[in-house]
Parts: sequence; structure tokens; C-alpha cells
Amino acid sequence: MTGRARTVTILLAFAWLAALVLAPFLVVAKISLAEVVIGRPPFTALLEWGEGAMPPALRVNWGNYALLFGDALYLEAYLGSLRLAAIATAVALAIAVPLAHAMTRAPARWRPALLVLAILPFWTSSLIRVYAWIGILGADGPLNRILQWLGIIDAPLAILNTDIGIVSGLVYSYLPFALLPVYASLVRIDPALGEAAADLGCRPLKSFFRITLPLALPGILAAGLLVFIPAVGEFVVPDLMGGSDTLMIGKTLWTEFFTNRDWPLASAATVLLVLLLVSPVVVLERRLFLRGEGRA
Amino acid sequence: MRRAGILPTLLLLAGFALLYLPIVALVVYSFNDGRLVSVWSGWSLRWYRALWDNRQMLDSAAVTLKAGFVSATLALVAGTLAAIVLARAGRFAGRSGFAGLVYLPLVMPEIVLGLSLLLLFVELDLDRGFATLVLGHAGFSAAFVAVVVHSRLVAVDRSIEEAAMDLGAPPLKTFLWITAPMIAPSMVAAWLLAFTLSLDDLVIASFVTGPGATTLPMRVYSQVRLGVTPEINAISTLFVAAVALVILTASLVNKGLIPGRSNGDSA
Amino acid sequence: MTFLSLRNVAKSFGGVTAVDGVSLDIERGEIFALLGPSGCGKTTLLRLVAGFEQPDAGAIRLDGQDIAPLPPYRRPVNMMFQSYALFPHMTVAGNIAFGLKQDRLPAGEIGARVAEVLKLVRLEGLEARKPHQLSGGQRQRVALARALAKRPKLVLLDEPLAALDRKLREETQFELLAIHRRLSLTFVIVTHDQEEAMTLAQRMAVMDRGRVAQVGAPRDVYEHPASRFVAGFIGTANLFEGTVAGQDNGLVRVQSPAAGCAVAVRHAGTLSAGTAACVAVRPEKLRLGDAGCDNGFAATVEEVAFRGEATLCRARLATGHALTLSLPNRARAGGDAPRAGAAVRIGFAADDAVLLTS
Repeated sequence: MTGRARTVTILLAFAWLAALVLAPFLVVAKISLAEVVIGRPPFTALLEWGEGAMPPALRVNWGNYALLFGDALYLEAYLGSLRLAAIATAVALAIAVPLAHAMTRAPARWRPALLVLAILPFWTSSLIRVYAWIGILGADGPLNRILQWLGIIDAPLAILNTDIGIVSGLVYSYLPFALLPVYASLVRIDPALGEAAADLGCRPLKSFFRITLPLALPGILAAGLLVFIPAVGEFVVPDLMGGSDTLMIGKTLWTEFFTNRDWPLASAATVLLVLLLVSPVVVLERRLFLRGEGRA
Repeated sequence: MRRAGILPTLLLLAGFALLYLPIVALVVYSFNDGRLVSVWSGWSLRWYRALWDNRQMLDSAAVTLKAGFVSATLALVAGTLAAIVLARAGRFAGRSGFAGLVYLPLVMPEIVLGLSLLLLFVELDLDRGFATLVLGHAGFSAAFVAVVVHSRLVAVDRSIEEAAMDLGAPPLKTFLWITAPMIAPSMVAAWLLAFTLSLDDLVIASFVTGPGATTLPMRVYSQVRLGVTPEINAISTLFVAAVALVILTASLVNKGLIPGRSNGDSA
Repeated sequence: MTFLSLRNVAKSFGGVTAVDGVSLDIERGEIFALLGPSGCGKTTLLRLVAGFEQPDAGAIRLDGQDIAPLPPYRRPVNMMFQSYALFPHMTVAGNIAFGLKQDRLPAGEIGARVAEVLKLVRLEGLEARKPHQLSGGQRQRVALARALAKRPKLVLLDEPLAALDRKLREETQFELLAIHRRLSLTFVIVTHDQEEAMTLAQRMAVMDRGRVAQVGAPRDVYEHPASRFVAGFIGTANLFEGTVAGQDNGLVRVQSPAAGCAVAVRHAGTLSAGTAACVAVRPEKLRLGDAGCDNGFAATVEEVAFRGEATLCRARLATGHALTLSLPNRARAGGDAPRAGAAVRIGFAADDAVLLTS
């Protein structure tokens, strides 16, 4: 692509991104420095256009950030989100890696069907899947009934409205996000490598850990990020499956925004969340997303 | 070909059971006659009838489908443009910043996207409603379109486009006649992905939409909060069926309808 | 007047110089080859002429017109791509007609021209096929037909035969020559294959690291290489490095430690004694036995390899320097070639060697 066509394409695409990706974040950053007021909109302006005052007075309020760091509620919400998301990511990967490996080992004629089965939940509404999962875990749901019928437990397990419930919900929601990249990176590995390892005297399990896993590591890392990041900010799962004492930042933000209508504080919390999430991505960005892009 | 061992087969069965059993249970119980979701009292379509009489649900379904259609189309155009820039424009000042903006919505929780888009619309004094809903959905699903189209675009031999220009076709014509037909399957897939993303979305819609444009997931969510009801099972079943239909169509398009790709030989 | 003229053309990519001040003159109607190892800049040069790259410096003129500012789709130049770059979703006829449609020719004219070039490349009857239904050789012909259909002033061919197997490649070379003669177009061919360049081209430019090392007819370049690089890249050369010891009657004597003595070579110019120089001799110019030769060495045969039309023979001098000989197999019964381990004399005439100073 050369010349004018190239310039026009770049400008069009950039205009779109600037309007719908960049601008919203700038607005959030701006409002996070405002003060909450009762009115429409429910915050103060950053620039005060006083009685013909030129230049306008700049009113920066760092109070929201001070509140975030000072208030145990927010710190706990951040830490709680990170902790639950990390546990959920680990569990999801622990399921996804062997499962994806088994998919690559399946006979060739099964593999397209298995792939469709792995992709299908990805396309299904996460809300509906969480709802279905709640149905399974409920006090009189199938899981408890089977366990009781087997005589393993006497009284129904209380899984819903606990942290375990949240983790299980996150794992169930985001397992497809982990499965696909792990499968994609495993399937790219030349089977001859495993055969070479076996030929050189390496047992299958050892060759999985020494050969397959290191080669699939970028895909596994990508899968981990794809689970971890949305899980940190997840709203539906903690809202529907968590207990009243569960603190996750997504839910806290929602409450702050819709119930308390403190938009500046919610904005500041969002800015912190973005910083929290973007920093690991920036570090891993080159390895995960920009690889294999058209060379200049 | 290798035969599947016992352990991998068990793993596959357990893994896919975990993914699908909840959905299967949900579908089955949507045909349950009783009000209690956990007690089976015979087959019935009563919850589907109840759904059919629920005007609010039907209105929301219409809003959701319309928003999905328009936003997916917008996202397809914008996302394809971004993919072309990333795959074909070479180096330019700010390229890595550009790539970052393209992929940012992929790595942001929905709640962040929803909140920031809402604040933008408030800042611009736009009335919240169908238009803001569409813009919000298009804004974040364009990122997914870009990823899907980009991955296909980099696989297309660049000299094919050069050949078209060499034979006298200007850039726009080259895109429409040569590039677009070659990446058409990925564009169809990307549109479908954007469409289902819009259909599924609860969080962003809750922020950016306004009165009169309540989406189906928002209605479902407010009902689910009140507890598990068979009516939700019914609507979820319809949802799952619709998605399965879309996926089936997409794989047919990818497999059979694009000539030259059916027999899997490399052209 | 020169048909295609490149003047001091330069192009670099992100600090890496691909083409470094190339000047070339290509005449109307000739087949001109750009030959060189991979990474020497020959393909970049072709892409500069086609318009896919913009030169950093220099001028490109075609038929008197400066074409550097023109985008590829406005240049009267067509290219045959190494990958063929056939449009996978179009038929053979659709591919060939594509360029004609861009010129908005009437449908009848397009049909006639498509039929004409299909006949030219002997693909009649395949117009409705898609590229993936063709063999490699057929695809190659479609790519050629597509590049010829617009009757461009200049046809650029990027490694046109590289993807074909050896047998097909040889046949296609002669077909390409026949097509060129019939159409009397100007061809510029990029290739890394010296045999292909020598078979096809009337003149060729040997390129090395972005520069033109030598331009000339294949025979001139082969028999009178201008540098060690050209001597080594085109064919095989036995090199005797040394310093000029003296000069008389058009013969230069080069004192070479590798040879263990002075080597005589015919050279027109004058060189002062002590200049570093190199004597290059082609393997087929070396003879077994040095009777009547200007130069003669004692050597031991180490390896003998039968090659069909000739036998390759590797011999080592007492100095440790190894020579390669190509001995024609004139008699069916053999006996032309020595056995490994044999002590032989090797000679060559001063007229058959070249003196290289660069």
C-alpha cells in the first residue's frame, strides 16, 4: 500500500480508534480528577470558566485517589479481585493444558469436531453460562443431589455465595478463553519433536514437560492473560455467585457508579484498574500480540 | 494415525462434560412442566408460551438483534480498516501506539469499557439510547474483528495484491476485487463474532444504553437476580440454539460455499 | 537510445542498503538478466522498476519517460511474480483478462487477446480452470500469459522458472526464448541461477551486495570476469593469488605462493611489479599433461567424479593448493580421466586464464 490510499486508510482507522478507544479513557482520567456533586452531570468541571477569567482556573482534585488508597474497602476489593482471578487462572490453565493436549492427541478425524466443541461455548452468552452453572451448583442442584445420593455428603454443600463459588464460576466462564490459545500453540508443535525425544530415550511424561510445555509456553501465557484480565474486572460472576462479603473491584465499581452515583470516585478506581492490568500486558505485549505481524 | 489412549479419552470426556453438562441441563429443564427447576414434572412448552406472551422480552429481543446487526456491520468496516493498516501499511510514526489502541479493548474488562464509553457520551452530551448502544458495541467488537481479519490478511501472499496493481488496478479496486474476496471467510467470521459479542453483552450495554433500548441480556440479568426461573431456561435455550445455528452456518460458509477451499488443497 | 535507463538508483530498508547506486542501460527488445546471490538487491531493483518500491535516490527512465513518480498501476510495465501471485478466486481466463479490464478494453477485444496469449503459452482449453486446479508448470504459464496480455513495453520476470523441476525448466527456457522472439518485447529477468541467465539473456548484470559487479554478454562475463566475485559466482574458477612479478609481450607473470612458481597469463593493460593480482582459470581450461602449455604443475589426483558429459577431478599441488579440472568424456569407453592417487602434470595456456585485480 502506498501513497494517498495508505494515508487515508491510516487516518480513517486512527480517527475511529481515537473516538471510541482513546477518547473514553481520556475522559475517565479527566473525571477521576473531578469532585462529585449532585446534578447533571454529577461531577465538577476540570476547567472553571469563571467571570471572564482568562485563562480558566484548573481545578484538580486528587481526593478520589487519596480515598482509594486510604479506604480499606477499595484495597480489599483490588486485592480480592487479584487473588480470586489468579486462583481462577491457575485452575483454568490446570484444566486447559491437559485438555488441549488430549485434543491434539485425538485421532485426526475427531479433531475438527473437538475444535468446534471447544469454540462453541466461546460464542455462547457468558451470562447464560453463568446462569447454567448456578443451576448445577445450587443447594438442590444436580451436583449436591448426586453427592448426597452417593452418600459422600449428608447436607448440601454451600458453594454458591462463597469464594469457591466465585472461582468455580470464573473458571467455568473463562475456560474456553484458555483452551483455544493453548490448543493453538500445542497443535503448532511438530510431532516429530516428540518422536525425536522418544527416539533419544525420553519417556512420554518427561517429554511433555521437557519438550512440549516449554514450546507451548507463549500460548499458555497468552491464555493466562486472557483469563486473568477479564476475571479481575468481572462483574456478573461475583454479583450472581458471590456472597455479600465478597469484594471484587468490578462489583464495587458497579455499585459506586450506579448505586452511589459517585462518578469521579468510580473513574479513579477505573484508572487504577487499567494501570494494574495494562502494566503486565505492556511487558508481554511484544511476545503475545505483535508477533507474526506483517513486516514493515 | 495414532489411536487415542485411555487417559486422553477420559480427559476429553471429562473436560467437555464440564463445559456442556450445565448447558444441557439448562436446555432440558426449559421443557420442564413444573415451576421448580430442580424437580422434573414432565415435558411441556409452557415456558416458551409464557415467553411468547412477554411483550417486554420480545421488544428487548428486537432491540438486541437490531443493535447486533448494525454494530457488527460498523465494527466490520472499522476493524477491517485497522487490520489493513496493521498488515499492509508498513512502518509509520505511531504504529505501535496504533496497534496498542487496536488491541486495548481486548485486554480491558467490560466494566472499564462500559464505564469509559458512558462517560464519553455524557461528556459529549449525547442522549443515551439505541445509537450509543450501537457505537459502544461497535467500538469494542471492532478489536475482535481486527484480530480475526488481520490473522487472515497476513496469510495472504502480498504479491497477489501487487500483481493486481501491476496489471493496472488502483488500491481501492485492488482491495475490492482481489483482497476482499480472498479474506471474505474471515470477514464473515468476524462479522458473526461481532454480532454475537453484541448479542451477549450485559455489562457494556448496561452502561451505554438508555431508556427504550433495554437489551435482552439486561432483562435476563434482572430476572436472574430474582432467582432461577424456568422462563429464563427457555430464553437461554433459544439463545444457545441461535448461536449453534450461526456457528453451523459459519462453518458451512468456511467449508463449502467458498470455492476452492472445499477440498483443502492449497492453491 | 536506451530503452530502460537506471541512473545511480539507491534504496535501503531501515538502514540496510539493498540497492547501492546502480546504473544500468537496457536496450529495446533484449532479454536482460539480473543475476546474483540471494540478498544482492536484484529483486529490489526489479520492484523499483515495477513501482512497488520508491527509490531513495536516482532516476528510472523508460522509453525517455521518468517513471519514478508513477504508481505501479500507471506504469507500462508488467511483472511475472516468483510466487506467480495468481488470483485464487478467478479462472485462468479471469486472471489473464484482469489487466485488460483495468484498461476498459471492449469485451470482444479482451476475449480475443486472452485467446491469443493462451495460444501463445499453449494453454488453450484451460480458460475455465481455477489456479488450484492447475499443475505447477501450467500455473507458471498463466502467470506469464497474464504479464504478456497487456502488451507492456517491458516485462519483468522474477525468478520465472525457479519453482519448476529441472526438466521442465530446461524446456520452458527455450519456450520463453521463442515467445520473446515472436513478440519482440523487452524482458528483464531476475535469477540466481547462472545457467538460466546464460541460456536466456543476451546481456546480463551480475550483482553483489547492492552493486553491479559486471555487465556484459554471458560469454564475455564467463570468459572475462572482472573480479574475483564474478569469477567465483559464474561457473567455477581456480584462483592463484599472488603479486605481479613482471610483464613482457602481453604476458604478465604472477608470482603465486599457491602455485609455488610464477604463473603466466595474457593481459592487455600494464601493471607495475608488486601489484596484488590473481590468476583465474576455468576447470575446463585446465589440461592433463602440460606439453605445449605456458604453465605446468605437478599434482596428485585426490577425487574423481563422473558427471556424464565430463569428469570432475580434484588434484592437489605440492604446495597444498587444490585445483578442479573438468575433463570432457570424449570416448565412451572412458580412459580420459586419471585414477585417484595418480601423479599427473596439469597445464594451461596463458591465453585461457584471466588476470584479476579486484
